[in-house]
Amino acid sequence: MTPRALAPFLAFPQALRAAGFPATPDRTETFIAAVGLLGPSDMAAIRRAAHAVYGPGPDRQLMFDTVFDHVFLGRSLAAPAPGDPEELPRSYDAGDFEELPVPDEEDPSGGEATAAERLFVRELAAGDEDAVLRAFTRALQSRLPHRRARRMAKGKGRHPDARRAFRQMLRRDGEITRLPTRRRITRQRRVLLLVDVSGSMKSSTEGALRLAHALQQGGERVECFTLGTRLTRVTRALRHRNREQALTLASGLVADWDGGTRLGEALQVFLSVPRFAAHARGALVVILSDGLERGGPEALTGAMERMSALAWSVLWLSPLAADPAYRPQTEAMRAVHPLLDRLGAGDTPTAIAAEILDFRKGARA
Amino acid sequence: MAVRRAIQGIDGPDPLSQLLGDAQYIADDGLATAAYLSLALGKPLLLEGAPGVGKTEAAKAIASVLGRELVRLQCYEGIDAAASMYEWNFPRQMLAIRQAGDDYVNLYDDRFLIARPILQALEAPRDRVLLIDEIDRADHEFEAFLLEFLSDFTLSIPERGTVRAEEPPVVILTSNRTRELHEALRRRCIYHWIGYPSPELEQRIVMMRASTVAEDTARRVVAAVNALRAEPLAKPPGVAETVEWAEAATLLNRGGGSWPRAFARAIGVVLKDQDDLDYIAPRIDALLSESAA
Repeated sequence: MTPRALAPFLAFPQALRAAGFPATPDRTETFIAAVGLLGPSDMAAIRRAAHAVYGPGPDRQLMFDTVFDHVFLGRSLAAPAPGDPEELPRSYDAGDFEELPVPDEEDPSGGEATAAERLFVRELAAGDEDAVLRAFTRALQSRLPHRRARRMAKGKGRHPDARRAFRQMLRRDGEITRLPTRRRITRQRRVLLLVDVSGSMKSSTEGALRLAHALQQGGERVECFTLGTRLTRVTRALRHRNREQALTLASGLVADWDGGTRLGEALQVFLSVPRFAAHARGALVVILSDGLERGGPEALTGAMERMSALAWSVLWLSPLAADPAYRPQTEAMRAVHPLLDRLGAGDTPTAIAAEILDFRKGARA
Repeated sequence: MAVRRAIQGIDGPDPLSQLLGDAQYIADDGLATAAYLSLALGKPLLLEGAPGVGKTEAAKAIASVLGRELVRLQCYEGIDAAASMYEWNFPRQMLAIRQAGDDYVNLYDDRFLIARPILQALEAPRDRVLLIDEIDRADHEFEAFLLEFLSDFTLSIPERGTVRAEEPPVVILTSNRTRELHEALRRRCIYHWIGYPSPELEQRIVMMRASTVAEDTARRVVAAVNALRAEPLAKPPGVAETVEWAEAATLLNRGGGSWPRAFARAIGVVLKDQDDLDYIAPRIDALLSESAA
């Protein structure tokens, strides 16, 4: 029979597992040993031991503490908040943004859906789109940008391969007949997809996420975020193989569908969180947005300057750019345009897929 | 689970915290507990946190407390077993074959083995602390390489067999969290997240690290740095920057400048990004006067 004092220590990992933490038996063993070492008299010490052993990380610490309080202090379990809170700077309180009307003079050409755009949407039946996305996923491996990596592999190259030369010598009585060489391998560049989910993008966000899922499935290192009144990382949700499940998971995470946006500030916040900004370093950055900026252009320009310095190539796909007559005329877009490697059409998943596969058109040498 | 109680003179997180303090490192209760558990249970310690919060410093302080040499393995993308564990000295082996002629030569002798940081730590676990710095920069394959070492403290060298440590070496891993680490790696470690310190703690750190700085200056500089960290900056200042800013401002103030001017002139010590400087410039005076209040 289990001693009564041990009961909460065994109930705790079960409660953790129920809350989605990977509480494996070896960790529980370590946890009990840790509590034995620290002396179980002090609840704060037990909590610290639990943190050290199960390592919930800063974004899930609140949930972890709630489970801890429930098991060890008998407090009731609060319902988990949708999505993990991210470590955003305190000044980013985007939830309170007022939706400002767009001034008339800033209404861009192509701001309304044109005849060409409507025609395109009608042409695209769901079956076609599926085929396009499947082809997109298959094509990604060979078409996404690659870079030379640090790692070497055997093959024709400039670097002598001492290990293989040595093995040859062993086989051939100390002689090397042909010097084996190594070459640098290439790796796919990171792809960072930023999807604007504000109200003005309402008609294209769902398609954009379907495309993001296809990209996630076919690409090697793909990160996907949504920008609106808050910043949400949906990469993990989109890793689900099944598209419907992935999209359900992703839409559960995003709490700011069709809200307002201040794109510049959202991008600045993205760049100020080091672990997010790291995704943009040397990456092919794809921004899906109409660029209808509610705030002034300064924030957006500043953020895009930094983004363009970090990234390998920046591709801006706007639903408005599907219209051949479209010229960036809003103040924000005009300021940002020179910083982009390419401004392309982003009205449908098909168009976005084509633009991403043709990234070379605007890539830097 | 085997509990290693033989950490001389350290029998709890509080004594460890005291010793770290003597080594010029102020650890909060969470870090002291995690470090103590890692030492006592013989498990690696994984420290995560934003750049500049003192993860590497913590490793140095722990090595100094234990009186051991710190062996640092800086991770980078593409780091492999040859750079981190061991490598055979092939040119020397080739020469040995040629020189030996018909004689037998043991090509997998110690003479030909180059020990890299992980093997160095395994060979002398009582004298060394291994720091695997910025593991998030390495790729997934390297994490997988590490798993055998981190769970059993053994290393398989095909030509030689398995090298086993006499006792679990002290291993500290740090990560800036630029990517998520694999669950298998996290599972093997004792974990601690080092956040930015509370203002009181940071003030104590400034006072300890910069002996020339007055208490009032330390308070102001900490308040100003905390205000800066709340802004969306590309490079939020770390603890080392706070200490440097306090020192620089003290230096400039001694040269005859007023306090706010001294702080403002030394801003380059704390913000090292032109965009950040441009962003803060219009508000720096207001920010400094608020912090001084």
